[in-house]
Amino acid sequence: MQQTAEIGYNSKVEGDVIVTRADAALNWCRKNSLWPMPMGLACCAIELMAAGASRFDISRFGSEVMRFSPRQSDLMIVAGTVTYKMALAVKRIYDQMPEPKWVIAMGACASTGGMYRSYAVLQGVDNIIPVDVYVAGCPPRPEALLDALIKVQNKVAKEPLLSTQWKAP
Amino acid sequence: MTSLELAEKLKLQFPALISAPAEFRGEITVQLSEPSQVAEVCRFAKQSLQFDYLVDLSSVDNYGDEPRWVLVYELYGLEHRCHLRLKISLSEEAGELPTVSDVWRTANWHEREIYDMMGIRFSGHPDLRRILMWEGYPHYPLRKDFPLAGKQTDLPDVAFTNPAPLEGGPFVTVAGGSDTLAREPRARGELTP
Amino acid sequence: MSVHIQDIQFKEPSARVKERFQSASPVISGASEDLIDMQGEKMVLNLGPSHPATHGVLRVILEMDGEFITKATPDIGFLHRGDEKIAENMTYTQFIPYTDRLDYLGPLANNVAYVLAVEKLMGIDKSLTPRCQYIRVICCELARISAHLLGLGAFAMDVGAMTVFLHTFQEREKIYDLCESLTGARFTTTYTRIGGLSRDLPDGWVAQCRKFLAEVVVNFDESETLLTRNKIWVDRTKGVGVISREMAVDYALSGPNLRGSGVNFDLRKAHPYLVYDQLEFDIPIGSVGDCYDRYLVRMEEMRQSVRIIQQCLDRLPGGSVNIPDGKVVLPEKGKVLSSMEELIHQFILVTQGVDAPPGEVYFGAENPKGELGFYINSRGGGTPHRMKIRAPSFVNLSILPELLPGHLMSDTVSILGSLDFVMGECDR
Repeated sequence: MQQTAEIGYNSKVEGDVIVTRADAALNWCRKNSLWPMPMGLACCAIELMAAGASRFDISRFGSEVMRFSPRQSDLMIVAGTVTYKMALAVKRIYDQMPEPKWVIAMGACASTGGMYRSYAVLQGVDNIIPVDVYVAGCPPRPEALLDALIKVQNKVAKEPLLSTQWKAP
Repeated sequence: MTSLELAEKLKLQFPALISAPAEFRGEITVQLSEPSQVAEVCRFAKQSLQFDYLVDLSSVDNYGDEPRWVLVYELYGLEHRCHLRLKISLSEEAGELPTVSDVWRTANWHEREIYDMMGIRFSGHPDLRRILMWEGYPHYPLRKDFPLAGKQTDLPDVAFTNPAPLEGGPFVTVAGGSDTLAREPRARGELTP
Repeated sequence: MSVHIQDIQFKEPSARVKERFQSASPVISGASEDLIDMQGEKMVLNLGPSHPATHGVLRVILEMDGEFITKATPDIGFLHRGDEKIAENMTYTQFIPYTDRLDYLGPLANNVAYVLAVEKLMGIDKSLTPRCQYIRVICCELARISAHLLGLGAFAMDVGAMTVFLHTFQEREKIYDLCESLTGARFTTTYTRIGGLSRDLPDGWVAQCRKFLAEVVVNFDESETLLTRNKIWVDRTKGVGVISREMAVDYALSGPNLRGSGVNFDLRKAHPYLVYDQLEFDIPIGSVGDCYDRYLVRMEEMRQSVRIIQQCLDRLPGGSVNIPDGKVVLPEKGKVLSSMEELIHQFILVTQGVDAPPGEVYFGAENPKGELGFYINSRGGGTPHRMKIRAPSFVNLSILPELLPGHLMSDTVSILGSLDFVMGECDR
């Protein structure tokens, strides 16, 4: 028995079905459950903790699952001064994170070295790893971190997930 | 018991080594003339004068002057609650003095820090390694002839460093100089030391 | 659990392991010989520098014999930012923001300790205005509450009690609100100036502070209900990480870690600075020196801090917060724009800084983590020739190679939590 498929509007399924691209649907799932790797190095880590604690509550944006294991996280939040001694560890942890991954440089120190123009401080974490969002402030307020998180989410939403060739870790 | 009395007692024990106590802002400072005797003097201060608490140990680089190094021991006694500063000058050629980490164990890390930052060695120290910088870092950063911005090092297996960009920085000064104006490079139109 | 506590009293773990296997030998006869041979095999475990229990970037290289630690080598310096070198390259006032970032859990106390050291060098520490002194004491004690709350929350979270962390952070946010209305920043406050403060208390701040004090004591009680008689908490902290009195003094520990070991030494009492000699407060002291004692000492210190702040708020005198000396304190902006003398003072202070005499001073203040000291060697002028920061966390951590061996791996978390260190201050 032959039946022609109905294309387009079908009143019988309205309300239960959303037509979208597979990319967008997957990205929607991903962007609302970014698991951060809290690379808490210095003062900014305290504001990162504040963002995770009761008042600012980062879980409203789906990112409350702070994983100290890089293998389980999507988003590295570099919070604090990166010294040359620490740089190798930061780089190694970044390399251990599975693709796709994003990085927020939180605060002046992580972005540019900030007020620590000295022999021991790496002048910006973007010297060793790619950064998606820079957050200004010393330290940035938790709201600023949440704003950066939303910016990362917007970026995730636009990524052509299915057509990208992720390199093997 | 006051700090001054304790300093006098120390001088009585080592009359040839200890200078007359000097006072500044209520703090008593004595100079020790012979660096090789520091462990004995400290041991006496701890055992007989009850200076059982080594608050701090720091070093000063008098770059351009001789002797170049000054080591500063801040002694304190929890019983008599008196503070005494013991200063020792050390020439650059010697660059080494006995450890006091067997007198106060807290000196262990302080001495490692001084070795790391200034390159002064402590003979008899149980574990004289770098502490703040990494093993293999070639410079001693707190020396006055080392620039704040740092120097380029290239040790791919250990770590790398680059000089920090200081152009326009508000605090680029050079060691030496009689007053702040002379040390302040903006006054001399020079930006990187 | 008493068995466990007794266990760790052995100094040498291999001796304990041997003893255990010998006593068990009738049961596992034949196998015991091999087991004793096994104890020679050590495993090296690397803790940090990125590990939740290290509160920052401490790295400890542990040599393990089974679950027992036989050797611990701390590796620090991952947050070494060159503060002392930076200090030599700027004026005294310019360095105040850097002190915020030493112990970033209680920056107000660092600001106060630093300017007191500079004021001691300049000889103006006795001529501070009363209002300034009282406000500084309030700042110090607020910082103490804030730092201990976080130290306690993080300690509890590491040991497994997540709820306490959320409780204490609730109160810390209120302290941040107070700081923000006082200084304009949540915790990088840069509030003090040489000879005074950057600004006076804002309107309504005293009432806001009183309200906070009334609320925070309730929170202390809640946190204490969650912990003090909690079986898991007690088992994980009592008898763990015992620091004897002699060891604490020999390693020059300071702050709650020293007092937890039964040494009655607090700089606020021993060498009172500011107006601490006019205030009534008690110094809690531990008896055993274990993690639990250090926890109790911190808990009580927070209550005493509340007491101190209440007295200060009651007695808060009026008047100016800055000393009336144009060569030390920046003049009012309005006068700078209209009067020649103030303009000159402003210009000299901003370009050259205060004119400190040649000489050297050491000043230590009782900070949340312990004695934060500044040794300033001046050759005159506005820049120190050498400034050494005696960081309490640095000194407190130096005990680790002696303290950790003989403990179980899981005790490391309790011990590190109870030592309550900050790497920003440790590495400088």
